[in-house]
Amino acid sequence: MRFEGILKAYELSGGKPEDLRSKGTASLIVEGNKILDSNVVEGIIVEKEETETGVKVRIIVKKGQTIKKPIHLCFGVLPEEGLQEIISEITIEENASADIKACCTFPNARKVKHVMNAKFILERNSSLSYQETHFHGPYGGIEVIPKVRMIVNENSILKTNFSLITGRVGKLDIDYGVDAKKNSITEILTKVYGKDNDEIKIKEGIRLNGENARGVIKSRIAVKDNATSEVTNITEGNAPYTRGHVDCIEIIRDNAKTRAIPIVSVKNETAKVTHEAAIGTIDKKELETLMAHGLERDNAVNIIIEGILR
Amino acid sequence: MLTVKDLVLEREGRRILHGVNLAVNEGEIHAIIGPNGSGKSTLAYALMGCRGYEPTEGNIIFNDTDITKLSITERAKIGITLAWQEPARFEGLTVNNYLSLGKKNGVKEALEMVNLNPERYLNRSIETLSGGERKRVELASIVTLKPKLAILDEPDSGIDFVSLNDLLELMIELKKDTTVLLITHREEVAAISDRVTLLCDGYVVKDGTPSEVTKYFRDVCKVCPSEKYSEVRMEHEV
Repeated sequence: MRFEGILKAYELSGGKPEDLRSKGTASLIVEGNKILDSNVVEGIIVEKEETETGVKVRIIVKKGQTIKKPIHLCFGVLPEEGLQEIISEITIEENASADIKACCTFPNARKVKHVMNAKFILERNSSLSYQETHFHGPYGGIEVIPKVRMIVNENSILKTNFSLITGRVGKLDIDYGVDAKKNSITEILTKVYGKDNDEIKIKEGIRLNGENARGVIKSRIAVKDNATSEVTNITEGNAPYTRGHVDCIEIIRDNAKTRAIPIVSVKNETAKVTHEAAIGTIDKKELETLMAHGLERDNAVNIIIEGILR
Repeated sequence: MLTVKDLVLEREGRRILHGVNLAVNEGEIHAIIGPNGSGKSTLAYALMGCRGYEPTEGNIIFNDTDITKLSITERAKIGITLAWQEPARFEGLTVNNYLSLGKKNGVKEALEMVNLNPERYLNRSIETLSGGERKRVELASIVTLKPKLAILDEPDSGIDFVSLNDLLELMIELKKDTTVLLITHREEVAAISDRVTLLCDGYVVKDGTPSEVTKYFRDVCKVCPSEKYSEVRMEHEV
């Protein structure tokens, strides 16, 4: 029952249940503090342990291994109330690469707290694409606190994509920090759509600590009704020839409130960090262009927001 | 089809259109020409009903209905649309998404008509296109929408010389189903029109055939410094 329930919740959040059941795919399914299923493929080590309030997970992609199919992780809480604490460490060893699709689903949440404390370690010449999609249901009674510390070592590539655009957000407090080493590339993309009285707080930082490291933080936030958002993007060019860029778009409607706090700093004369932020209502020309196609204003606004969050 | 009566438009306390009168007949290409800053684009936005471009005085009649107070959407629903001089960027929206909105004609065919390969462009995000490519997509949207009246605001700007002939051919093709109100400052573009109206400093100063009006434009307006437009209008008022 629990397994079927989480599969259904996974589907509600946009995932394909067959991905979690496929024997050729590495996967881990956790509901509350119960590990419901896991599957391992060659080249990956998964260490897992249930705790009183959640799980501890350690995933290692072994040296030189390229994991062809995405690794699927599904974390969720099905009851209306509950606490889930995930402690995870993901290591991509030298010359290895993997694509992880994580889904966090809380379809019935009225008083749920989901806390994730994670560490990503990308060893030399490795790559990780980490996509995390959330679905929090219609009630907004949820608090989600993901904290991730990432180390991207020499010549490695990290791409993260956090998405929470359907259903309510509740309270979200993201804290991502990256230590980017020599010749590494980091891209952080976050897309959140807040409604009603949702509260969104995002803090993302890339510290370009190695020579020639590159980093981009891209935030796409839309808030309507009485929702609030505060986005802090930190980029530091601490080493020679580092390049960083922050690109933040926040769209507000109704009585929503939003705030962007860009913090850019450079500690080397050859480093360069740039920042662009656009905060405000929908672009007038985009809106009027769609209306000139016969769309009603609200429908046009939705299409523009969906595009930005796509 | 479209009649503009004594249209006055003021923005930020400045009068931009001074009692403009205009009649566009069904099935024709009607060009509005004039130097930069003469009020051509303002007239286009006012006709489409854009916010901030509401007429201070006067009326806009479309097929015997007064549309002066209608919203953009209401105007679009009765068959009026506008192709912008600088089309929007639309982050996250593909060419296919955009051209499928309210379409009556095929998207692929429309792209071919503006010389964009559908295979290459259908799934491209609009924000990644160059200015010239966005311009072509905007024109393709006129083909897909198949409106009764298309207001094209400087469709020739940002399109290179080689492409100008394609653009002119497209105008003629559009004319089969759509009345075209063409805003331009290029005589060779206005030359394909059935009628031309010359706008200077917010005044209609000449209305007639392309050869009549462009000759007037060349002989009088192009040697006339902008601050003298009003005097020229007084001297040569139609």
